[in-house]
Amino acid sequence: MGAEAEGAGGASRTADPAEAAEARRVVVPPGVANAIRLHAAEAYPNECCGALFGNDAVITEMLRLPNVTDEGPRRRFLVLPADYRAAEAHASETGAELAGFYHSHPDHPARPSRYDLDHAWPFFIYVIVSVRNGEPRDMTSWRLRDDRSAFVADVLIVQEAGIGTRESGETASVPGS
Amino acid sequence: MANKILIPTPLRPYTERRDSVEVEGRTVGELLGKLTNRHEGLRRHLFTDEGRLRTFVNVYVNDEDIRYLQKEQTPVEPGDVVSIVPSVAGGGDTETVESLPALTNEEIRRYSRHLLLPEVGIEGQRKLKAARVLCIGAGGLGSPVAMYLAAAGVGTLGLVDFDTVDVSNLQRQILHTTHEVGRSKLESARRRLNALNPDVRIETHEVVLSSANALPILEQYEYVIDGTDNFPTRYLVNDACVLLGKPNIYGSVFRFEGQASVFATREGPCYRCLYPEPPPPGLVPSCAEGGVLGVLPGLIGTIQATETIKLIIGAGTPLVGRLLLFDALAMRLREVKLRKDPDCPVCGTNPTIRELIDYEQFCGISHEPAAVSEHDMTPRELKAWLDGGAQPLLLDVREPQEYAINRIPGAFLVPMSDLPRRVVELDAARPTVVYCKVGERSARAVEFLRGLGFHDVRNLTGGVRRWVDEIDPSQPSY
Repeated sequence: MGAEAEGAGGASRTADPAEAAEARRVVVPPGVANAIRLHAAEAYPNECCGALFGNDAVITEMLRLPNVTDEGPRRRFLVLPADYRAAEAHASETGAELAGFYHSHPDHPARPSRYDLDHAWPFFIYVIVSVRNGEPRDMTSWRLRDDRSAFVADVLIVQEAGIGTRESGETASVPGS
Repeated sequence: MANKILIPTPLRPYTERRDSVEVEGRTVGELLGKLTNRHEGLRRHLFTDEGRLRTFVNVYVNDEDIRYLQKEQTPVEPGDVVSIVPSVAGGGDTETVESLPALTNEEIRRYSRHLLLPEVGIEGQRKLKAARVLCIGAGGLGSPVAMYLAAAGVGTLGLVDFDTVDVSNLQRQILHTTHEVGRSKLESARRRLNALNPDVRIETHEVVLSSANALPILEQYEYVIDGTDNFPTRYLVNDACVLLGKPNIYGSVFRFEGQASVFATREGPCYRCLYPEPPPPGLVPSCAEGGVLGVLPGLIGTIQATETIKLIIGAGTPLVGRLLLFDALAMRLREVKLRKDPDCPVCGTNPTIRELIDYEQFCGISHEPAAVSEHDMTPRELKAWLDGGAQPLLLDVREPQEYAINRIPGAFLVPMSDLPRRVVELDAARPTVVYCKVGERSARAVEFLRGLGFHDVRNLTGGVRRWVDEIDPSQPSY
């Protein structure tokens, strides 16, 4: 399983420089990227989810969280408020920030769904990993636009300190409604 | 005195990065109102455009969720701590937004009663518009299925049938009208469905569904509805759905009873998990033989249409792993749990069926037309024999309700099921001609009687139906 993320999975590209300017780099160390992929593969065909910790878009740690949705874990994930609070508490204990969440899309592209958009929080980093037939594939990173109209695709970089960057995903935008 | 509101990480950029804000108020609603007035950027993330708290925003007073208190009217006391806690949710099932077709204003008016349902809404209606559904059979079950799915705005509806409309279909097949008798069922269905909803694309497949053509037809669709009336096609549809990984929305009816389920989903059982083997041929009569209450396929077909819509929009609990059993006479609906059979030959862990097989043979149905036997007699031969003065016993092995419709004059009624018990009433030495509706039950009766030593027993080929056609058109047929 390579640590290199692939493309943004057929996301509609935009040439709008203003939107491109919104995109930023999200750095994920290979250990965290692999741990997310492993979680996604283990949970398949269900969705997995977990919290991401770090500072200034540099992820340092991931934490698996139980998927408690009652709408069918193959299509949905839900983090209990209690688990959310535990994640915030973990962040303040370790001095990192709760940076966002990851989840998997079994047999769906690594792109936010309408449901993801409707339930997104601002400023959080949303990492999505697509899983095809049990194999983790593309990993992408997204942030909600402040007007809630769409996600902005960030540039997810799997990188260890001091090693050259590997970039994935150009700027993409998923319009709302 | 002010209350403290704890702000979660993603909202802190709107509160100058503070993790708590102090505001005054008597209720949660008042506190949140003042909070958003002071930090305007919070508003769109906490409230909908209509001013309702978003469903994924949890608000706690101390450790109590306000949903279980008085919601936004929940009073706060001095010293109470209010926390805003995100529900983090998402999921990959829904189509990405831009791939779903938009609704026109005309469509929004047409489907407004759907759009008012939160479970459907604009997005669900767009999913219906994008959906491709195949209905096998445009008869009793296919009629309500096609009518309701067309009315609901399913974008593309495929129909498979090869028959023409018969007047005896009209008692239950509400797709077709008296005017269409004798015409193709699919053309009749197309006219009816287009009149109901011209926006629906109707794709017709005027073929006898077979192992040779099933996969290329089924693979064009996302959902398959089984509205078939015979076992070979039902097993064929099931196996094709399993092989293609498509849900099979199943229904069947007989007399006053019906069944429905959703098969062939990855997590659920399939039709073969429920019925690994077909019944022996002839044991279960068809609707043409046994009859069916006209409204019954209406009930079962609308259940199939409902399940299809639920699967498309992703709402509710689908009928997967459950079999509904409906009894119209008792007006009772029962539900039995179905389990996926790990040894199922098609959907089990080690499937032995990896391609479509010969389903006629699997169901014990011969490809060859029944061989003309020396014991057969045509209606014309019988008429000539009777006119010549012969006085054979005319043995009618149909049911009394069939006998009440038409009969050959002078016939003696012993229903097939009573024959073994009542055979003592018959004279083995007397020449006998046995008949039923079309000649199938009577052929079995002839075989049975010959085995008992009746030597001069013949079967009337084509049954009473052919007798009425060729000899006595004054009588009704059925």
